[in-house]
Amino acid sequence: MKNGKLRSVLSLLLLVCGPSLFAQAGSADNNSFVTILVAVVVLLAFFALIQVSDNLLKLEARQLGVADKIGEVSILPGLSDLFRPRVPAYAKNHTLLEIKRGADLPVAGEARKEVRDAQVTRFAVQPPNWRGLAPIPRLLVQVGDAVKAGDPLFEDKKRPEMKFVSPVSGEVIAINRGAKRAITEVVILADKDQQYREVTAPDLGKAAREELVEFLLETGGWMLLRERPYDRIPDWNDTPKSIFVSTFDTAPLAPDSNLVVEGKGEAFQKGLEVLNRLSGGKVYLGLDARGEEPPSAVFTEAQGVEKFWVRGPHPAGNVGVHIHHIDPIGPGDKVWTMGVQEVITLGSLWTEGRFKAERVIALTGSKLNDPHYVRTLAGANIGELLKDNYNPEEDLRFISGDVLSGEAKKPENFLNFYDDQVTVIAEGRYYELFGWLLPLKPRISLSRTFPNFLFKNVKYDVDTNTHGEKRAFVVTGQYEEVLPMDIYPQHLMKAILTNDYERMEGLGIYELIEEDIALAEFACTSKQPLQQILRRGLDMMWEQG
Amino acid sequence: MKGLLNFMKRIEPDKEKRPVLHTFYDAVFTFFFVPAHVTSGKGVHIRDGMDLKRLMVHVVLALQLCYLFGTYNIGHQHFLAIGEHTGFLEGIHLKLAFGLIQILPIFIVTHIVGLGIEIIYAAKRGHGVEEGFLVTGALIPLIMPPDIPLWILAVAVAFAVVFGKEAFGGTGMNVLNIALLARAFVFFAYPTTISGDEVWVAGLSDTDAGSAVAYGWAHLNLFNPLFESLGWSTFDASATVVDGFTGATPLALAAKGGWDAVTEVYSPAAMWWGTIPGSVGETMKPFIIVGALFLAFTKVASWRVMVGMTLGTIFTGLLLNAWGATPFMEVPWYYQLYMGGFWFAMAFMATDPVTAASTNVGKWIYGFFIGFFGMVIRVLNPAYPEGWMLAILFMNVWASLIDYVVLQRNINRRMARTAANA
Repeated sequence: MKNGKLRSVLSLLLLVCGPSLFAQAGSADNNSFVTILVAVVVLLAFFALIQVSDNLLKLEARQLGVADKIGEVSILPGLSDLFRPRVPAYAKNHTLLEIKRGADLPVAGEARKEVRDAQVTRFAVQPPNWRGLAPIPRLLVQVGDAVKAGDPLFEDKKRPEMKFVSPVSGEVIAINRGAKRAITEVVILADKDQQYREVTAPDLGKAAREELVEFLLETGGWMLLRERPYDRIPDWNDTPKSIFVSTFDTAPLAPDSNLVVEGKGEAFQKGLEVLNRLSGGKVYLGLDARGEEPPSAVFTEAQGVEKFWVRGPHPAGNVGVHIHHIDPIGPGDKVWTMGVQEVITLGSLWTEGRFKAERVIALTGSKLNDPHYVRTLAGANIGELLKDNYNPEEDLRFISGDVLSGEAKKPENFLNFYDDQVTVIAEGRYYELFGWLLPLKPRISLSRTFPNFLFKNVKYDVDTNTHGEKRAFVVTGQYEEVLPMDIYPQHLMKAILTNDYERMEGLGIYELIEEDIALAEFACTSKQPLQQILRRGLDMMWEQG
Repeated sequence: MKGLLNFMKRIEPDKEKRPVLHTFYDAVFTFFFVPAHVTSGKGVHIRDGMDLKRLMVHVVLALQLCYLFGTYNIGHQHFLAIGEHTGFLEGIHLKLAFGLIQILPIFIVTHIVGLGIEIIYAAKRGHGVEEGFLVTGALIPLIMPPDIPLWILAVAVAFAVVFGKEAFGGTGMNVLNIALLARAFVFFAYPTTISGDEVWVAGLSDTDAGSAVAYGWAHLNLFNPLFESLGWSTFDASATVVDGFTGATPLALAAKGGWDAVTEVYSPAAMWWGTIPGSVGETMKPFIIVGALFLAFTKVASWRVMVGMTLGTIFTGLLLNAWGATPFMEVPWYYQLYMGGFWFAMAFMATDPVTAASTNVGKWIYGFFIGFFGMVIRVLNPAYPEGWMLAILFMNVWASLIDYVVLQRNINRRMARTAANA
């Protein structure tokens, strides 16, 4: 189809060129020009001929069923084959997503690959971590109660079947409330020796799906699940069309999942099997094909799931990008997702009969004295995690998550339930003389107006300065360059700002959550708050039903 | 630096009592200092070093070579007309002084009027002055004839900024290219000041042979004594226009008699290197191409629009060559690129991100049709000697429709996918 169009355009051009060619053939000073033109035409004709025969060959091959993928039998290597970096051997002959658009931000402060045990005494379960929960859940414990890891702390007011359990055993020491008395934190002081609530998991092979769901709701397995669109906790009456697990995170300074999964292969595999029972379709596992070496065997040898490889810059590791390319979300569709560590926790309900919310957390950021990994439990206190690791005199930003889509916290707050990373960077409250024209301090930029593109290996000390003021949308095509999806982000944002529901749906709002457009927000010349706008749109769509 | 910061903070006027003054202060302050804003904590925590000021100033930087040459060429054309210092590098000081005397008032009036209106509207709306006018103000002097009466310029700029931009909500909301709107306003309201053979060379009382030069106070009483004291040649108030001078631009000649008529007066090399009469900034092609490459490389302007427009122009040029009904149509397509403002329009006018199509596919289509319509207007329409201004304004209006079609295809693709999955 595309080639046909090309050919008709070429022949039209030839037709148009023809007369002028002959008209000028007589004049002497244009001779060399004519010669070049003729040479070009001959080359084009030759190229067209080869292309046609090549296409015929491909068609024939497909009809005979020789090759699944076009390109395997072609005479000519495709242009993209010639220029793109070679696919590593381990990912060959598998489904491979090549992500072209995006960017890896060179942020300084990567965690050393060394896991230590963290000395954290306080943990919290934070109801705001689950979107779709009534703001004041019904508490099942009081201050002073002793709980075991896996004991329910509260339940959803509208759906009391949905229990949220404690990741840790200890004493409930505080129940903190925010605006309108909404519960923000249920704080637990951990015991020295962890006690677990023992559960008997149903037999995965035999139990009915209802039985399985009931078990998960009761034991906290359910709170590990996330649903797209909207990024909510799923309803148990729904069956997702597929479940996606991304085994790598490409966000700035994100933790290395291979380190996280070490020695937990059994629980991970079990977790995938549970997901398989929950999914209405397949369970997809996105694998990292960026490195020379393949990722951990726990991922590559996982059973019973549909595996695919992904390579390219951030956001290549985002599960949203995987869903978009493998099994996109349309109106009414539901796709569930789960992180690697959550899958392990889910599996532990079967392998150990306990709710084990162990987490390996990356402590990152240029303002940490010693960025490294720690082993702790979900919802750890940030100040205790970072103890003696930062200078309390400095004006710092503590982030639960990464610099692009994490949440700003204070040291006395707790890590969000789904986060496996803490980032600490400097606040950027300074005035900069001619900072827009001739900045003195190097800074990250995707723009080629900075010479950054010449120095690929430099890592930058980042801070929270906005480097400019908010402006109306002016630049176009900028967001598309960092969002590897068939979506027009700027037009989607404008549809949201004008409350145009039909257009929001048409332009693919269901396929995005905040983390997917975070990089576009970073790059935005006009400093627009894209993630907030997107969330506003998602909320509007949700209220519309 | 600390001292300057403290000084500027101390002189901050009251925002409530004097909103316009405060907006002006804010614009100046943010010109010197990037404010100490930090990310809100909801959404990204770090931001790219790029902002709108930096974006806009890069367009202005790309225009500097055009300013340099344009200023000199104003003087050069003037002295060619009176037959003095006819070599390009002769009388450099005179040509530069003459050019500056012409271009500075144009530049200053443009900015006072344009920025003044911007500041008043920004104060009214309660936000900072957006940087759009930085570029508009740099472009307008380059697309005007050197002899444009200043009051006409002021009216045109005011019209373009008020009705073209502020009426639509300010920077980022305008439908039409502001700089071109200002030019179009002059073109339709005061056509004699921007078309014909008399307006492209400055400082002459008339273009007939023997007409006297028209020098002002600055030439005779400011620069002449200065140059005299240095022992350099001076402005000669008694000089007259030489025989055989024509102020006509190549396009005007081509419309009358095809390529032959053009080459009788100007050599292709002169046209390429820009030593011909025309609007201030558009004659020197290599400098414009340097600017265009700079913008395309830094991704400040869209290369898709540039390439699309070039393809559209070449395609239409070939089409007209094949038709060949008039001498103008027979001008070889590649020589069409030597004449007129094609390069300037391609590099700086069509690529305005706000008024161009906003989708990547749309940019190709948008650019192509500017090329097409620009050539059609230039060659086929006897009333207009040049087509880019009208072609770009025309396609500005159509840009949103092109985007609509591209987006609708995206929506349909998504719907078809949903239907296929269901």
